[in-house]
Amino acid sequence: MNVLQNNVKVKAPGRAGKKAVEFDKRLKRMLRFPFFIFGIIVILFFLLVVVFGPVLTPYDPALPNPGYTLGEPTSDFLFGTDKFGRDVLTRVIYATRLDLMIALFVAVLSFSVGSLIGGIVGYYGGWLDKIVMRIVDVMFAFPSFILAMAITSALGDTVENVIIAIATAYTPYFIRLTRGEMLTVRTRQYADAAVSVGNPKWRVALVHLLPNSLTPSLVQMTLVSGWAILDAAGLAFLGLGITPPTAEWGVMVSEGAQRIITGEWWVWLYPGAAIVLAAFAFNLVGDGLRDVLTREEQ
Amino acid sequence: MPYLFRYIFRRFFLTLIAIFGVIVLAFLLTRLLPNNPAALRAGPLADEAIIKQYEKQMGLDQPLFVQFSTYFGQLVKGDLGESWRTGQPVIEELGIRIPATLELALSAFFIALVVGLTLGILAAVYADTWIDQAARVFATLGASLALFWLALVGVYVFYYLLHWAAAPVGRLTIGLSAPPDVTGLILIDSLIDGDFKTFKDGVSHIWLPACTLAFIVSAPIIKISRAAMKDVLNADYIRTARAIGVSSWELFTKDALMNAFIPILTMLGIVFGYLMGGNLIVEQVFAWPGIGQYAWKALITNDFNAVQGFVILIAFVYVSLNFLIDVTYALVNPQIRLE
Repeated sequence: MNVLQNNVKVKAPGRAGKKAVEFDKRLKRMLRFPFFIFGIIVILFFLLVVVFGPVLTPYDPALPNPGYTLGEPTSDFLFGTDKFGRDVLTRVIYATRLDLMIALFVAVLSFSVGSLIGGIVGYYGGWLDKIVMRIVDVMFAFPSFILAMAITSALGDTVENVIIAIATAYTPYFIRLTRGEMLTVRTRQYADAAVSVGNPKWRVALVHLLPNSLTPSLVQMTLVSGWAILDAAGLAFLGLGITPPTAEWGVMVSEGAQRIITGEWWVWLYPGAAIVLAAFAFNLVGDGLRDVLTREEQ
Repeated sequence: MPYLFRYIFRRFFLTLIAIFGVIVLAFLLTRLLPNNPAALRAGPLADEAIIKQYEKQMGLDQPLFVQFSTYFGQLVKGDLGESWRTGQPVIEELGIRIPATLELALSAFFIALVVGLTLGILAAVYADTWIDQAARVFATLGASLALFWLALVGVYVFYYLLHWAAAPVGRLTIGLSAPPDVTGLILIDSLIDGDFKTFKDGVSHIWLPACTLAFIVSAPIIKISRAAMKDVLNADYIRTARAIGVSSWELFTKDALMNAFIPILTMLGIVFGYLMGGNLIVEQVFAWPGIGQYAWKALITNDFNAVQGFVILIAFVYVSLNFLIDVTYALVNPQIRLE
């Protein structure tokens, strides 16, 4: 922090300097907002669980234990056991790997496809832009979850299809965001300069301008990661996409839902809490980043 | 006035295109569904010839384009085709279930509206205080809660532990008959009928799913109303009005609130559209006999026409709400129609 401040003081008169001061101020404000830090810590925690998953637990996520079914949480089974006697904590840990992987793939896939399309149509404009934006409008007319649901059931119940379905549902967001940025960026002087020194148009669009149009989409990626976890789990809860006996948070909640009026709360409470915690963390970080990185003041 | 007219006409034209796009997309999506619906309808014992016969009867042997134009031709006449699962017209089946979904959506909408606007405006007026922070955490939490899990927690706490809510099995206790149909909304119909027992029973069934949904959708309302209100409160004309001595209360209700309301309106449209289509999960948990449950059953049984009908209905609600909101904008704000 101190280093940043000193640098800023030296450069203060220039326009870039002013911007840096502004950025620095926002960064400081964000760091003072304890929930942003909390979000980062939670995501790091989940990443550790992903990396060290199998080391953290002595049990097998798929192995039934007929001797202790629907067992209450004890010191041996911290989160209790499910109807087949499988350790809930172990399954939550293994599910973390799957759910975070889904979140990551959905975010990267929808970001890459959406930003590329958005950047291209934003730069070239014309009829291509019109057609693409009309399609985007139509996709926005569907609630994204319903769209993901329909695509999943069309493609079949596999993890890859769930990723494709959810990513498709969120791609329009990235198209719209990147196109919007591209429309402002392409009028900058350096865009003209790049063309006038002989760069082909596609090169200017993809190499010079696209990277400068990505900030809002990068923020959106964090938020989409959180939404993807909610959607994948929601689909699984409805019996679409990922199905039992896979250790996945939504599947586990769905299996536990049958126990809601018999009182075995641990079967569904813990995996659901994991979903909420992960989504909460991504949302907090996404909101914090948006405040710092994007131009519009909240 | 001609500007306004031209603007509305243009928006209307774009809305029509969007609706057409939705119909095409819904049609294509359902054609992608796996399994042959003719085989499903013919039953497991049917042989090749019978399945072929069903295909012919259902028009599935025709090229995709012919299938679409037949479907579209019927749709224009208000016919969504027959459900292949039940043999009933889809439009009637949806019609029977719309009141249940609408009642739940409206209840959740009003709860979310009151909570969301209150918290959002408080957060803007007391910006950067603990109230602002609390509203922000509440909103972020609402955006992060898995709907199905929140519903389960609600059922567990308020039905299983506390008995404050009725069992999650529909709109009324089994055995209790619905009041005479006037609006289709049980809470209102039972009041018209003067039947307080049914009204109370209806409330005990609806409050939990409604609050569950409201918690989720109040999040965007808080965020947008905070941002809108803050913008307005920072605007020059408010500062000027303050300087010349307009009282805080008058300023707040007459100038600030009215101007902040315009951006909030868009969000309300989106939220209501979501409540009509997105409460599928809540309907599932609470065995609520609405269109969401119908769509879910249709989806897992490859009931093309029923899925299409649901998707088109929801998208139609979305697009129409957007159109109405755009028109309202133009009426309120002359700058927009001159764009």
